[in-house]
Amino acid sequence: MTETQTEAVPKTKEPGKFITILRLLWADKVATTAAIFVLIVIGCAILGPILLDGVATKANLRGRNAPPFDLSKGFLMILGGDQLGRPLLARIIVASGNTIAVATGAVVASMIVGSSLGLIAGYSRGRLGQVIPRLADVIMSFPSLLLAVIVLYMLAPSVGNIVLVLAITRIPIYLRTTRAEVLEIRERMFVQAAQVMGASTGRIIFRHIMPMILPTLLTIATLDFAFVMLAESSLSFLGIGIQPPEITWGLMVAQGRPYLTSAWWLSFWPGLAIILTTLSLNLLSNWMRVALDPTQRWRLEIGGKKNG
Amino acid sequence: MQSFLTKRAISSGVSLLLLIVAVFFLSRLTGDPTDLYLPVDASAEARENFRELHGLNDPLIVQFGHYVADLVRLDFGESIRRARPALEVVIEAFVWTFQLAVITMAIVSAAAVSLGALAAFHVGGAFDRIATFFSLIGASAPDFWIAIVAIVVFAVGFGWVPTSGTGTVWHWILPIGVLFIRPFGLILQVVRGSMISALGSAYVKTARAKGVTPKKTIFVHALRNAMLPVITVIGDQAAALLNGAVIVETIFGFPGVGKLMIDSILQRDFSVVLAAIMVTALAIFLMNILIDLAYAALDPRIRY
Repeated sequence: MTETQTEAVPKTKEPGKFITILRLLWADKVATTAAIFVLIVIGCAILGPILLDGVATKANLRGRNAPPFDLSKGFLMILGGDQLGRPLLARIIVASGNTIAVATGAVVASMIVGSSLGLIAGYSRGRLGQVIPRLADVIMSFPSLLLAVIVLYMLAPSVGNIVLVLAITRIPIYLRTTRAEVLEIRERMFVQAAQVMGASTGRIIFRHIMPMILPTLLTIATLDFAFVMLAESSLSFLGIGIQPPEITWGLMVAQGRPYLTSAWWLSFWPGLAIILTTLSLNLLSNWMRVALDPTQRWRLEIGGKKNG
Repeated sequence: MQSFLTKRAISSGVSLLLLIVAVFFLSRLTGDPTDLYLPVDASAEARENFRELHGLNDPLIVQFGHYVADLVRLDFGESIRRARPALEVVIEAFVWTFQLAVITMAIVSAAAVSLGALAAFHVGGAFDRIATFFSLIGASAPDFWIAIVAIVVFAVGFGWVPTSGTGTVWHWILPIGVLFIRPFGLILQVVRGSMISALGSAYVKTARAKGVTPKKTIFVHALRNAMLPVITVIGDQAAALLNGAVIVETIFGFPGVGKLMIDSILQRDFSVVLAAIMVTALAIFLMNILIDLAYAALDPRIRY
């Protein structure tokens, strides 16, 4: 229903839709917390490297492996110092930049490529419709970590190459989902009606089919964002991901490993940052699954009224 | 059954072949092993001898031809690093991984299926909360971080178990514990979902109506039917473990096949990488056959 309204008067209905989403979010307090946390992380990722880069790379040998919760060295040292006395809090904030950038790049790239291929595979009745799904099967049959190691060893592990490797391994997810949805939707009455009325293929795909599958894709993308973050962290942890002096959370965990017995906080905090972010994304994705599904949405709408 | 097996073998064989070709050429693009194994000041003659010895002088395509010809005679080549047959090295490591995978999956399956069934029986109850909690943690926590925290707490802090290595039963506890979490949460969710729909089905209502005990209703009537999707997920997770739990094996110094594969790539020990891929692929193929047989055993309507 909202679809048709926004189509008719896009300008005035836009805030209304936004407020509806906020209300649905408010109905689920856990999801609200998760959303706020994700927003904070994104804020850190964008602003952190600009504001704190100087602080985060300045070594201070007097603060080597300084213990956490000690405010005498200033607020930034609240989580302790790393092996060169750099404040961990500042480093975690700066590292969020690379972590989020890699995950965003990989998710956006795989979603665009995967869903376009899925749209083509699902909509075209010709040979393309049969060849493209095989492509997904081939990618899926490769052990992804092994492939990532080989490619990164071959191409030198830069941010761009890591995004490329992660994106390729995630393409099948979007491809398969999109294809399955398109196969079902293209048989529906409104698509047939559009065809009869002479709409072009492009118009049918982008105006009629795309809005129907976008919610599913967004839900998967949120979930996948968490997965890609974990994959990037694992690669960085193994030493074939992002290379120093660049930092990501996974790399910070790896760098703290030699000091595990004497200074646990070096590895603990960045790992906690990974967990909290992926946890929030998972919770947010659970909420989206309900909120974006018209047959499930009433659960949140009822809850919303009850809460105020 | 015969034709089913043949069909499966052919399709798995084709994708394995593609994988071998891809890995063969890609891995050789990572560089020349000579630079890695000989000292920087090695004479040109020594380098030449090394290349000649390991057949690195021929054009890539000729090397591939030799490799395939050897493979047909079941010769998987030599490990440059260890100067032993590659297959021997791989099988040694695979035995470790296999044991780890089997033990972990046995514990995970038993725990996840029983707890998942109970969670589905009392939606919103204590078991249900445990189920949700574990699946969220499993999906969110990086395994290397869990492994590190587990070492700090249980090995260093309490001193209950060794930090890494192999030797005693105690060495197995932390790796299994860390590997347990993700598949446990995942399988638990699937069992729960599948059980909830099975419990709402007509045949369970019939069983209840005719006075079958609740225990028998859950474990005999509902669970057996709910097991099909569960077995698929168990198979996927077991396949992932058979491929080698790289991170866990690295952190706990466990001499498994995942660690061997990564190390061999980094050491440009190409024949070991390829042999490892083939051994794990064979294991996963055999396991998938077992899974299909389990389907047929659980659901008499399935015939091959």
